[in-house]
Amino acid sequence: MSTRLAKGGRLIDRSAGMEFTFNGKRMRGFAGDTLAAALLANDQMLVGRSFKYHRPRGIVASGAEEPNALVNLGTGARLEPNQRTTTTELFDGLAATSQNHWPSLELDIGVLNNAFARFLPAGFYYKTFMHPRPFWKHVFEPVIRQSAGLGKVPTDPDADRYEQAYAYCDLLVVGGGVAGLQAARIAGASGARVIVLEQSPHWGGRAPVDGDVIDGAPAADWINATLQALEKMENVTLRSRTMAHGVFDHGYVLAEERVADHTPGDGRPRKRLWRIRAAKVLTATGAIERPLSFAGNDLPGVMLASAARDYVVNWAVSPGDRTVVVTNNDDAYRTAIALVEAGLSVPAVIDARAEVTGALPARARALGIAVHAGRAVVKVKGGKRVTGVSIGLQAGEGAVLDEISCDAVAMSGGWSPVVHLYSHCGGKLTWDRKRAMFRPDPDRPPLTHDGSPLVYPAGAANGALSAAEALADAVETGLVAVKALGLKPGTTPLGRAEPADEAPMDPVWIMPQGAGAALKAKMWLDYQNDVKVSDVQLAAREGYQSVEHTKRYTTLGMATDQGKLSNINGLAVLAGALSEDIPAVGTTTFRPPYTPVTLGALAGEARGEIFQPLRRTPMQDWHQAQGAYLEPVGLWRRPYCYPRAGETHEQAVHREILNTRSNVGMLDASTLGKILVKGPDAGRFMDMLYTNVMSTLPVGKCRYGLMCNEQGFLSDDGVVVRLSDDSWLCHTTSGGADRIHAWMEDWLQCEWWDWQVFTANLTEQFAQIAVVGPKARQLLERLGGMDLSKEALPFMSFAEGTLGGFPVRAYRISFSGELSYELAVPAGQGAALWAALLAAGADLGLQPYGTEAMHVMRAEKGFIMIGDETDGTVIPQDLGLDWAISKKKADYLGKRGQERSFLASPERWKLVGFETLDGSVIADGAYVPAPGVNGNGQRNVQGRVTSTYLSPTLKKGIAMGLLKNGPGRMGEIVEFTTADGKGMVQARVTSPVFYDPKGEKQDV
Amino acid sequence: MSEPVTALQGASFDGFARVREIGPLGMITLRAKAGTKGLDKAVKAALGLALPAPRRMVWEGPADAGRGIGWMGPDEFLLVLPHADLPAALAALEAGLQGSHYLAVDVSDARCVFRIEGETADQVLRKLMPVDFDRLEPGELRRSRAAQVPAAIWAGEGGFTLVAFRSVAGYVMGLLSHSAQPGSELN
Repeated sequence: MSTRLAKGGRLIDRSAGMEFTFNGKRMRGFAGDTLAAALLANDQMLVGRSFKYHRPRGIVASGAEEPNALVNLGTGARLEPNQRTTTTELFDGLAATSQNHWPSLELDIGVLNNAFARFLPAGFYYKTFMHPRPFWKHVFEPVIRQSAGLGKVPTDPDADRYEQAYAYCDLLVVGGGVAGLQAARIAGASGARVIVLEQSPHWGGRAPVDGDVIDGAPAADWINATLQALEKMENVTLRSRTMAHGVFDHGYVLAEERVADHTPGDGRPRKRLWRIRAAKVLTATGAIERPLSFAGNDLPGVMLASAARDYVVNWAVSPGDRTVVVTNNDDAYRTAIALVEAGLSVPAVIDARAEVTGALPARARALGIAVHAGRAVVKVKGGKRVTGVSIGLQAGEGAVLDEISCDAVAMSGGWSPVVHLYSHCGGKLTWDRKRAMFRPDPDRPPLTHDGSPLVYPAGAANGALSAAEALADAVETGLVAVKALGLKPGTTPLGRAEPADEAPMDPVWIMPQGAGAALKAKMWLDYQNDVKVSDVQLAAREGYQSVEHTKRYTTLGMATDQGKLSNINGLAVLAGALSEDIPAVGTTTFRPPYTPVTLGALAGEARGEIFQPLRRTPMQDWHQAQGAYLEPVGLWRRPYCYPRAGETHEQAVHREILNTRSNVGMLDASTLGKILVKGPDAGRFMDMLYTNVMSTLPVGKCRYGLMCNEQGFLSDDGVVVRLSDDSWLCHTTSGGADRIHAWMEDWLQCEWWDWQVFTANLTEQFAQIAVVGPKARQLLERLGGMDLSKEALPFMSFAEGTLGGFPVRAYRISFSGELSYELAVPAGQGAALWAALLAAGADLGLQPYGTEAMHVMRAEKGFIMIGDETDGTVIPQDLGLDWAISKKKADYLGKRGQERSFLASPERWKLVGFETLDGSVIADGAYVPAPGVNGNGQRNVQGRVTSTYLSPTLKKGIAMGLLKNGPGRMGEIVEFTTADGKGMVQARVTSPVFYDPKGEKQDV
Repeated sequence: MSEPVTALQGASFDGFARVREIGPLGMITLRAKAGTKGLDKAVKAALGLALPAPRRMVWEGPADAGRGIGWMGPDEFLLVLPHADLPAALAALEAGLQGSHYLAVDVSDARCVFRIEGETADQVLRKLMPVDFDRLEPGELRRSRAAQVPAAIWAGEGGFTLVAFRSVAGYVMGLLSHSAQPGSELN
């Protein structure tokens, strides 16, 4: 029976009762409880089923290392799986359910796996499910997914909100135990900017539970005094409930703050991700106790000795009336003593060491506790909970000498420093033979940008396990860190703990050491992933030598707890099986995060409306009010078409095209890039950027131009405008504006740094409206204010003036083949000009059109589109754009690239038009196959379609595409593949210009 | 001619700090290398202010109607002034810098400008910008980012002024409102 004790519990408030449910059962706890403590107080020892064998599992730890007691926490929109009950603070109304059970926690059918455990050894996935191949997808995987897996995936959108925050400091202290507090105080007194993070809601770590005495008084007194001193320091920030979970290069540390995890629905963000930039990091992250590997060490009621002590002292929860303590070190005697002092029974301490001396065992003996030296737990007895232990010789093979009945077992296999954060950035470890642990190697710390140490481990995290050692180490490390920051230590009171008289521990990796196969198959290393001593030994026998390979083969340490309890034991067993030294086998890699991080915290504010910065043109509200169907263009959302009631998108597009070609249409072209280039060398610069000559463009004129990258491939296109003697305005594609501006600056800053050219990206300064169609001039003349006649404003020229009172620059350019003006107006007046045009053009049949109508109209005219006709492997010459490539210029970006033999080859695929013989539309991406197959057994091809539409103007399918020797094959019939891959469609090779080939309509 | 409007037409949000869109402000991007002949005088004539030191904003007057010039880079300045004064300021720059290599252009409509005000206004921005606000000096201009978009800020007049691109004004307002929600204070 685990139960609540009548007295004690330093963290609970007995006046504040709380109600919660576990698997629907109502239970009571107190404010200050963790969910694990409250479950134990309600005698809920069984909390889950294991991953593979569905064995009953209980709470084994009291902190972040807990492998078993994971629950589905909350319901509906607040359901979160895999929540560790040991770090979950209890709140009134909490609802938790156990995981990985079916149909119920008490009666789980999956436990049958347990009976067949000998058929599910290490690597069984690899061995069993290889053949026949289709079985994996259709039989094995669905079955395994049903029986394995932890927790339920929430189906509702998360009801909570999250955020992130940035912080900066000189020294980040991770861990608010006595070592962290001492180091923080030293750093604070030096004037350093310090942030101290503590994972739990409480400061001081283990010291109060362990009964440590600092400066002659209980540790709690020193902790309170130190906290008060730190709170008074303006340069020190204390943050509890915050888990630093990753250390990255240059002192970048991520930490998750549980802001409102324990107060759900109070309107605060549930979690906050801190993104901290620290000059130095001091890790006072403590140590984690190791389990012992004896048979049945996974039964509910078997617990870490330190956890048993925590539950009694912190939350007044007894893990059982009769607890057997099993250990290989002196520290576990603290548990025996704490239990007896709380009025509980400890029938025996089973100590694997042959001789047990030292002060703590002496105290235990004085309390009347029986200490059995040289003994081992051979087996834990019980089904869903512990009923007793069989005792034998540690040196033996498992012959039972004695049996002790008990309802809990507290085990201690020694301690492992928490070296995760120290290791994330490359800190190396050393094997401490005396204490049988890996601890940070002082000669090989992680280094920061200048080659100096980045992380300074202190206290138990540095292997200084006792309070006295930990405080001394924290003082020393704190001073080193202060010095490394270039600061002088101030005067700081230094805490001093009484040295503990502890005898050395004796490493025990298998208990009893000569246990046979039957026992080893019940010795759990990794509780969460069901990996046993026998599995690791089997892996070794099968030839696995590397610890990293063994980890993956057996899944040791690969569960959500990342092997916090199992890694050291597992690699020690592996070392034993390989007859290697433990340091020769080494550890697996420590990777962030230290504990799982909520995805919501990683996403932060980026959700819903602010998931992504959607860019809006000045006319966006109008488009959306009209019900425009939007398509993404970069981060813009441009109207694809403006469907009317009852219209399909295709019908809308066709209506918009026909109306534009017969009346007048209007396009929001504000997204086009607009980059100003100015300076004495601007002409020279323009001639390098574009393949054609831009320096000779007269002021007031427009010219279409192409930009290539150094390799010669077409990168962007657009109309260039000569604004003045020394300034040009470059229009780019909508998606290319930022890229091309950066491209220009790259050349100006890195290569042609001595050229006198400035650029400015004016994309968002202007709203741009294309007014297109035979009645375009008539419409604009109604607004009045400028002479827009053919004589005053001929094709490919521009003028500045006012139209209807709006200050505009009017460009006579056409991407549709129609009479067309593009009006640029300051963005703040764009919506008003759009409205004025709509009002003036109603009786002319003016309709807005979207990007799809624009695409079809340009295809009818044979105009290329970056991203359709180009894909990064196409040069302008492929597209018949030789007229836009200067032969006279000595150089331009891409010129030499285009002269390479492959790009200059006459065999290249070149742009032509295609007309199907039956008038149908060629499938998007269709190929023109060629005879034979290539080296990969794929059919040869000789061309492909790049743009294909049903032209409402011509009432048939039209297409552009690239075809080998295309322009030389006019009139030839070729065959395209079809979308369903079954038939072929015949098409005639034509000019890509289908509409108004002489260009008469745009030049009126 | 219509009255210019800002992207959000003066939207605001009251949380633990107050967020409001201001403007339209006049803004000029001026590109010229330090030491360009006539630069100091032209700026003085256009704005009545001296050139700022690197990473500084020189500001005069109220936050939403004053004049300022900020250092944006080794060869770039941001001039802020009342919208109506912009043509005269551009003309003054052109007159003063004639014959020198420079670029001066109206970018008033390319931007959105927000004020974040209140005692804890910095906390709103600490959630969005990788900027060490403890070390942000009075009059310091920082070009950085707000979550996923570029943004520049400076402190003064009981709060912060944040400048971003116009097309993402709604996104920036969403960020600022989310971050200023009551109960999400950082201390």
